[in-house]
Amino acid sequence: MIPVLLIVIPLVTGLAGFFEKSGRRARSWSLLSSLLTLAVSLWGLSLDKSSGLLHADVEWLPELGSRFAVGLDGLSTILSLLTAICFPLIFIATWRDEYRGRSWNFYALMLLSQAGLMGVFLATDALLFYFFWELALIPVYFLCSQWGGEKRIAVTFKFFVYTFVGSLLMLIGLIWIYWHTPDHSFAMQSFYAMRAKIPAKDQMWLFWILFIAFAIKMPIWPLHTWQPDTYEQAPTATTMVLSALMVKMGLFGVIRWLAPVVPAGTWAWGDTVSAGCIIGMIYASLVAIRQDDLKRLIAYSSIAHVGLMCLAIFATTSIGMQGVMIQLFNHGINILGMWIVVDLIERQTGTRKISQLGGLAQKAPGLAILLVVVALANIALPLTNGFVGEFLLFSGVFTSKATQYNVVFTVVAGLTTILSAVYTLNMIRRVFFGSTNALTDRVTDIRVNEKIVLAVIVMIIVFVGVYPKPVLDLTKETAEFILGKMNYKL
Amino acid sequence: MMFSGIVTQSKTVIRNVAVLGLALLLIGNYADMTGHHLLVIEVHKMLFFDSFGLLGNSIAFASTLLLVLLSGRDMEKIGHNLAEYYALIFFVLCGVSLVTTFNSLLMLFLGIEILSIPLYILTGSDKKNLKSNEAALKYFLMGAFSTGLMLLGIAFLYGASATGTFIIDDLWTAKPAVSPLLMSGLLLLLVSIAFKVSAAPFHFWTPDVYDGAPTVFTSFMATIVKVSIFIGFVRLFDEGFGAGAAQWQIFVAIIAAATLFIGNITAVFQQSVKRMLAYSSIAQAGFMLLALLALTRVAKEGIILYAAAYSLATIGIFAILIRMKDYTFEGFNGLAKQQPLLAATCTIFLLSLAGIPLTGGFFAKYYMLAAVVSTGKFMWLVVFAVLCAAVSAYYYFRVIQAMYFKEGDAATETAPSAGFKGLLVLLAALVLVLGVFPQALLNQLYAFIYTW
Repeated sequence: MIPVLLIVIPLVTGLAGFFEKSGRRARSWSLLSSLLTLAVSLWGLSLDKSSGLLHADVEWLPELGSRFAVGLDGLSTILSLLTAICFPLIFIATWRDEYRGRSWNFYALMLLSQAGLMGVFLATDALLFYFFWELALIPVYFLCSQWGGEKRIAVTFKFFVYTFVGSLLMLIGLIWIYWHTPDHSFAMQSFYAMRAKIPAKDQMWLFWILFIAFAIKMPIWPLHTWQPDTYEQAPTATTMVLSALMVKMGLFGVIRWLAPVVPAGTWAWGDTVSAGCIIGMIYASLVAIRQDDLKRLIAYSSIAHVGLMCLAIFATTSIGMQGVMIQLFNHGINILGMWIVVDLIERQTGTRKISQLGGLAQKAPGLAILLVVVALANIALPLTNGFVGEFLLFSGVFTSKATQYNVVFTVVAGLTTILSAVYTLNMIRRVFFGSTNALTDRVTDIRVNEKIVLAVIVMIIVFVGVYPKPVLDLTKETAEFILGKMNYKL
Repeated sequence: MMFSGIVTQSKTVIRNVAVLGLALLLIGNYADMTGHHLLVIEVHKMLFFDSFGLLGNSIAFASTLLLVLLSGRDMEKIGHNLAEYYALIFFVLCGVSLVTTFNSLLMLFLGIEILSIPLYILTGSDKKNLKSNEAALKYFLMGAFSTGLMLLGIAFLYGASATGTFIIDDLWTAKPAVSPLLMSGLLLLLVSIAFKVSAAPFHFWTPDVYDGAPTVFTSFMATIVKVSIFIGFVRLFDEGFGAGAAQWQIFVAIIAAATLFIGNITAVFQQSVKRMLAYSSIAQAGFMLLALLALTRVAKEGIILYAAAYSLATIGIFAILIRMKDYTFEGFNGLAKQQPLLAATCTIFLLSLAGIPLTGGFFAKYYMLAAVVSTGKFMWLVVFAVLCAAVSAYYYFRVIQAMYFKEGDAATETAPSAGFKGLLVLLAALVLVLGVFPQALLNQLYAFIYTW
């Protein structure tokens, strides 16, 4: 019941949004819709885990062995909650952004992308998952191509082609597994039951055919080239969706549909993927240090952070898996905060170039304080949520028995934390301190709506940082469950 | 069995008569599927009316009906012989129903011929246009050549069969070893039909003919004619040669791969949307060939679904294309601002052709891929097909980009009427229904006796 509502509310309100014919009305409408989704999501959170309201399973395509099956377990609860929290925040934070042309379409498409994301996170049927996986992409394609920066059409198309190739390959993999299930079913249980039955030889290629789709979405080096361009060119509200939520689709896909289904393949290729993650982290961090554009800097920092999460998944430890799940949530919140600050700066000064900014702290002290908190969370200082997540991730990687290079991985990945401190603090120094110039003189402090959003984000950051137990309790069971499935020898 | 050449000379009612005739055909066909035979004719095993063939017929008739409703008025612009055009279309439909339900090679030949000859005329119907004339001549010469090959193939098969039979069920039975005569007959037949469905490397006529023919008839050829020949194609190879699939599958696989590759890669470089659609129809044929390769139950369901999804989407795009002044990609620039409804429906059709979920095209492609995967062979072809599908997104999305994201004044020749728009919405809705509940169509196969 609840998962169905989470998908249907944004879907229906999104479709209705096309007929608003007024940008302002559409804006209020979409905020209302996203708040309603949030309310439903919180309702789901308050229910007991055994409640029947948390699952739904209706006949969809009986001849294909596919059902409209959705459910909330620890993993999908935390990601759907993240989606539900992010959208109202995005709408409020970008309340004043103007969209040219038929602006109501912008809000309608945003809601549709929310529906797609919810579907991806909630589906417990492989075909349904694939359905939503592609569906989440289409609205984003239109959003970026219509309202993005100068090079938007080419850049967005590159993004589209990348992900489309990945998802089609994934479709082959899913169909292959489906044909080998004894009951010809797309259900998650049937897929998990296959983990010991698929011959190791087939798992070797199945792993890649599925993983490429997820790796492109995350993105993992060397498939990341679409990301900085797309983040830079997309309208800020869409960039927020892309980086806070869509990136999680890739990690989620690995945890839910790859590692438990082809454990032998995951085991065998774990080191290869981990090496890719490590290279990507170092590379992205080094590139981030040299970036002058705020959006590109955050884009590269995102590659580094996601790489760490992916590394921890392949470490196959209980503590690491817990870390991934909590960090999925944290990273979404933190990067959303970063984007909001960037959006504020760009709107007031008209530039994103770090070299043209300076002295903002004098003009906008409120903004500076909030940014510093978000930035510290981003580099995982204690008392922030980032610390909890990264600590678990690192200890997970360090204690990993899945790889013999665990120490090397931990040390090199640890280096990137230092690098991340370098570029983040450097960015803060150059943007907020120093002397003001002609551009930054005009800046005023943030308005109420922005204050609310950033305050909410800071509250979440500190709360999870100080008292992560509720989140950990939520994901513990699922993490153990997935790990149990990943251990193919049992 | 249920076809009629409409020979009405009164021009004012021609269109309505055609619509009525098509509707009657559709109803008659449906009645047959549900087991209410209006008319029983002894066909001496020459034809065989199973639900597969009848469903193919329904798709052909329904698509033609939609085509006539959408673009009937545009036919009047081509020339003065409106009644003849409709009569020829009905002759083609007669050939179509023979091709989808044949049980004897003779009937197949007859059907293909009845279907081809009116098409040669229709291609050249724009008499004052040089391109149209050239296309007709080219089509005729190439078509005649392939017909010759087909006849030769049939003769070989007749000779190779133990008892001298044209009935397809008996062609392969009681054959301990494959004789070279049988195999060469089979290959000749494969080549000639590959020519008819414009599969590579026998596709060279397609772009010129599709480009040269009046757009209404291009739409007709690229959809109804092509998919019904495909249904006949699957029927022939399944019933006739299904038992010896291992012997000829590799040829089909090569043809499919070549078709996918050439169709998709060439479509990328086109500047005219009409020509792009011609190449895209070649590429789509490559996907449909996957059904021929697999020949499982899934494949047969899939080809029906593919036929429906592909026909609906292509007819819709062509109907919009006919209304455009400029057939190049630039001609579509900014259509979304001028005609939001046309642009939105066109987007749905294009997404369907590209195979994006929620549209019929996704499940069509899904079935094709699933069919081949289920056989466990030719995985390389599946991966190749998928990569080609990704290439196809490039040229379909170019149209979407032109419509939505580029500035321009895409002009339609006349303002589209409310009825035209309504039909387009209906068509788009059908595409979406197929995309969410493909079973709505496929259940027809299960509901009636599954005769295969």
